[in-house]
Amino acid sequence: MVEQISVFLENTAGRLAELTRTLGDAGINMHALMVADTSEFGVVRIISDAPERAKLLLEQRGFSASITPVLAVEVPDRPAGLAELLEALDAAGMGVEYAYCFVQPSGGSAVDVLKVDDAQAEQVLVDAGFRPFTPADLYTPDV
Amino acid sequence: MYQSEMESMTREALDALQLQRLQSLLARVYANNPIYRRKFDDAGFDPLSVDSLSDLGRIPFTVKDDLRASYPYGFFSAPLHDIVRVHSSSGTTGQVTVVGYTAGDINRWSDLMARTFASAGATADDIIQVTYGYGLFTGGLGAHYGSERLGALTVPVSGGNTKRQVQILKDFGVTVLACTPSYALLIAETAREMGIDPRELPVRIGVFGAEPWSESMRHQIESELNLKAIDIYGLSEVMGPGVATECECQCGLHVFEDHFLVEIVDADTLEPLPDGEVGEVVFTTLTKEGIPVIRYRTRDISRIIPEPCACGRSMRRIERVTGRSDDMLIIRGVNVYPSQIEQVLVGIENVAPHYQVVLTKRGSMDHVEVHVEVADDFAFDEVRELERLQKRVKAEVESALAVSIAVRLVEPKSIARSEGKAKRVVDLRADEGA
Repeated sequence: MVEQISVFLENTAGRLAELTRTLGDAGINMHALMVADTSEFGVVRIISDAPERAKLLLEQRGFSASITPVLAVEVPDRPAGLAELLEALDAAGMGVEYAYCFVQPSGGSAVDVLKVDDAQAEQVLVDAGFRPFTPADLYTPDV
Repeated sequence: MYQSEMESMTREALDALQLQRLQSLLARVYANNPIYRRKFDDAGFDPLSVDSLSDLGRIPFTVKDDLRASYPYGFFSAPLHDIVRVHSSSGTTGQVTVVGYTAGDINRWSDLMARTFASAGATADDIIQVTYGYGLFTGGLGAHYGSERLGALTVPVSGGNTKRQVQILKDFGVTVLACTPSYALLIAETAREMGIDPRELPVRIGVFGAEPWSESMRHQIESELNLKAIDIYGLSEVMGPGVATECECQCGLHVFEDHFLVEIVDADTLEPLPDGEVGEVVFTTLTKEGIPVIRYRTRDISRIIPEPCACGRSMRRIERVTGRSDDMLIIRGVNVYPSQIEQVLVGIENVAPHYQVVLTKRGSMDHVEVHVEVADDFAFDEVRELERLQKRVKAEVESALAVSIAVRLVEPKSIARSEGKAKRVVDLRADEGA
């Protein structure tokens, strides 16, 4: 499991820019950013190279930020690669709350971020031959 | 005039009548109402010591909390045996006050509402549709009894079912419509939807009250419904509708001073202000038996217009009420205290008790949006959970306020605070050309 930063944002002009500028000025790099929204508000989900520091920074700047553990899994670069991954979870009776993709920092293939409300999900993927990322793959874990 | 001998009596005669009625009222409540007795004793006020209207300033005030604290019947000055009816304020649970009327009170109230209709220009030949709610609210039955007392044909429709209201206005040949001003606009809108030109309806007079409205709203109602719109004023703690009313001059509301003593006081120092100055309106009910109130602070802001009126009534006028000295809002006719919202929010996880009420108009009806700050440590990563939270806040606030609202979740500390205190209410209703 890796740490995702979840931020509550109102749908107001410039707010997302402010959020990303805050992280940028602190030298924090984002691997992925995904916004889920309604007409009034949204939740911004970020995979970065310094989640704990990002959370603190954002809180200091008045954002409502929290850390959510999610799965990050390399998706095989071939047809049905993602389907096989999702089928493995489905076969174990596990539902996916949300998912999004980013390109692996070291280059090349896609990484899928999954929120599965089941503590056994990571093991299910390992058993099915996938390689879930550990924190060390993405960032230096904060002590 | 319905009772011209009273409504146009000389100032001297009116002063003398007020003094005599005040003296007898003070003696009566002191003898029959333990709360007033204690209040007077605590203040060192001797109820028999009043021998001029200028002594009024020595008498302790009465506030809404006095009535709440003695819920339901504790503030009555007559035995329950003599009470023939109760009404209750439109406030929500915990804020309700109950008022009781003797047969004599109902009789006088009917006269005052007959005066109200007459000063709007109505006569026994009119057909009056009462669209104020019948029930615990004073509006419906108050207007009903006044209409009958005037001898008008009374159509007791009560509130709701706007299409039926329009159909009855048209089919019954209704000439006088009594309702809230915002409802009058809804009636016009609904008539148009039904393919009926509201200007062709037979209604010639509107008797509108129970909520604040503006001069521009009056013009809109008058042009959309082709009628004369008259502003009436009242509050259940004092009697209900029929405390003050405009005449056909539409230039301020005549207070029925033979029954109600009106004062304007500085809302902060509570010192009486001279005629013409703006302050809080305070009433003393001179003739009520069931639940008389003495120097009752209405929290409504207005001023007395001392100049004589062209209509010939000698009773002084107050200006249209322009605001409140407390935080009470009137939303679709319901009294709402924003502080109730805070009480609800304290009990809900993941939101902060910081909120802002934004009032606007949707068509002719009030629209309420409550902005609520999510908590600092709010830890949701899914929109669905936010929506669930939003629904919960909406349901709980609505149940506490008894009005429907919309909820908007906003970021922590995003509601503007001035001197550490948030601005709780943004009322844009008047700005939208209502």
